[in-house]
Amino acid sequence: MNILVCVSRVPDTATKVFVGADGKSIDPKGVKFILNPYDEFALEEGLRLKEKNGGNVTAITIGSPEATEILRTALAMGADDAVLIKGDNLDSYQVAYNISEHAKAKNYDIIFAGKQSVDFDSGQVPSLVAAMLDIPSISVVSKLEINGATLLAERDIEGGKEVLEASLPCLVSAQKGLNEPRYPKLPDIMKAKKKPIEELDAKPADAKVSVISMELPSKERVGKILGDSDADISEIVRSLHEEAKVI
Amino acid sequence: MSKILVYLEPNNNSLKRVSYELITAAHKISENVFGVLIGGNESQLQTAAEFGLKNAFAVNFDGDKNYSSTQHAEIINRLIKSEGFDTVLFSANATGLELAPRVAVKIDAGYVADCVAINNEGGKYSYSKPVYAGKAVVKTLINTENVVLSLRPNVFTAVKNPVSTVSVTNFDAGTSSAEAKVKVTSIARNEGKLDVLEADIVVSGGRAVKGPENYNLIENLAQALGGAVGASRAVVDAGWRPHAEQVGQTGKTVSPTLYVACGISGAVQHLAGMSSSKVILAINKDKEAPIFKVADYGLVGDIFEILPKLTEKIKQMKG
Ligand SMILES: Cc1cc2nc3c(=O)[nH]c(=O)nc-3n(C[C@H](O)[C@H](O)[C@H](O)COP(=O)(O)OP(=O)(O)OC[C@H]3O[C@@H](n4cnc5c(N)ncnc54)[C@H](O)[C@@H]3O)c2cc1C
Ligand SMILES: Nc1ncnc2c1ncn2[C@@H]1O[C@H](COP(=O)(O)O)[C@@H](O)[C@H]1O
Repeated sequence: MNILVCVSRVPDTATKVFVGADGKSIDPKGVKFILNPYDEFALEEGLRLKEKNGGNVTAITIGSPEATEILRTALAMGADDAVLIKGDNLDSYQVAYNISEHAKAKNYDIIFAGKQSVDFDSGQVPSLVAAMLDIPSISVVSKLEINGATLLAERDIEGGKEVLEASLPCLVSAQKGLNEPRYPKLPDIMKAKKKPIEELDAKPADAKVSVISMELPSKERVGKILGDSDADISEIVRSLHEEAKVI
Repeated sequence: MSKILVYLEPNNNSLKRVSYELITAAHKISENVFGVLIGGNESQLQTAAEFGLKNAFAVNFDGDKNYSSTQHAEIINRLIKSEGFDTVLFSANATGLELAPRVAVKIDAGYVADCVAINNEGGKYSYSKPVYAGKAVVKTLINTENVVLSLRPNVFTAVKNPVSTVSVTNFDAGTSSAEAKVKVTSIARNEGKLDVLEADIVVSGGRAVKGPENYNLIENLAQALGGAVGASRAVVDAGWRPHAEQVGQTGKTVSPTLYVACGISGAVQHLAGMSSSKVILAINKDKEAPIFKVADYGLVGDIFEILPKLTEKIKQMKG
């Protein structure tokens, strides 16, 4: 099986966010970058599929040269090949366009992605790529089974679970629960440092969306914090009812 | 003036609440608003008259079961091209998040996901969305003529603005689920259980609950408030509650009218899933717990003592 896994480099989820000098992106100073957590599930699923059926796993990222780090992580986990398409500050459309242009030439049987990048939290690249390639996709998958060219997947929806069926080639975006990603072993980390990474420049496409400003959320909170006496509890119930009018 | 198409979703005899939210939001941009309901029925559509929808397209397609994102995207694409819509609104729920990007590609539109505000500055629109798990908000511009948005559920309020009837036009699907390369084969509903994503009030428990046997503390409060039961990841990882109830970065993002956090510390990954709630009540024995920084109301103390009393007082108040 010919498998592609889309991975992105994102700030660690515990990072404190400060707005940078340009007023529209974060200040990267002191920020630790990691492989997007959902992409670990995507990668793990791709690796398991290869281990079961044979084949090849390619990890691809669109980003700055620093994104090489996460490709090294992917290689250490077990990816066979890695592709870096260099482009800075691309919007989701430009990212998806470059992934799809790469995929068009390669005939992948299945493409894995994460449910969302934990930076912009959009969850749109997977469906964009699938639409550009005109293949089916299933997003936010927490259980997957592949029999021949048929794919059975389960995903959470509001108020329940959906079971879906699709045919290969297909794109699957991974949700937590799909699997337990492996930790790369030290010898594999060392070996990954020597593996080649294919580097290309991004193909140009117009940005469809631009960010004009970034702000910290301004929501004012009432901040009425009381103790645990009966009077305190009554006062909170009264406030919820009379001031906030939510009960 | 924009011509807006709103993607409506059926729910029993009516539409999902998010659909009414979209209708209200669309009317703030333009008077020229049309709904589309694929695979539903006329009486479901008529419920939208209450929220001011004057026109809608009904598309005959297999129902909820056999839903197919690829076929739905193609139907919407054909409808947009035949009627000349320039703006399409989806809910940022499971269906909308999957469908919206597909439609955006087909109509060559810029797309902003999970919007929490549509800003109009002198006729120029920008769209706000939370980023970095809600730690910041960006304002974005869409550079293309066509615009696709998905709106975060429960952030835009559905406002009643009744019209006498929705004028419904049938639109031919031109496809069926038999041709679909991906489709839903079954749906298992959590019967009788209110989902955190659909509830107005969510009551979540954290590690402080200590074990599944104590979760009735949380359930009783949720029941008294008429809300849904949620959980922190610590609770889900311990196997006390199912993942479907997890709120946070690797769980669900909720923005109910009232969120009650019981014995939850307020780690950034938990805040990511609930910080856009309208009102937040936190109960924690540690007054330095980060959850109090985002709380409107707080009780500092032991949940085992506070929750039964709080539940009782709420029941009394509600008579
Ligand atoms: C990539 C990643 C993704 C994550 N995603 C999520 C997510 O989606 N959702 C999520 O919730 N977490 C998530 N986490 C985990 C998160 O970092 C925290 O570990 C988790 O939220 C802690 O859960 P908790 O608040 O229930 O437990 P704790 O942090 O242990 O907090 C328990 C709290 O209860 C209080 N307490 C204890 N006993 C009592 C008592 N008797 N009465 C009152 N208060 C009491 C304590 O003071 C404490 O504040 C994620 C972490 C990572 C790294
Ligand atoms: N720059 C990128 N390069 C490669 N894959 C990406 C990139 N951005 C997003 N993806 C993939 O798309 C998924 C969803 O991302 P997003 O749409 O940005 O939330 C991620 O989990 C990745 O699998």
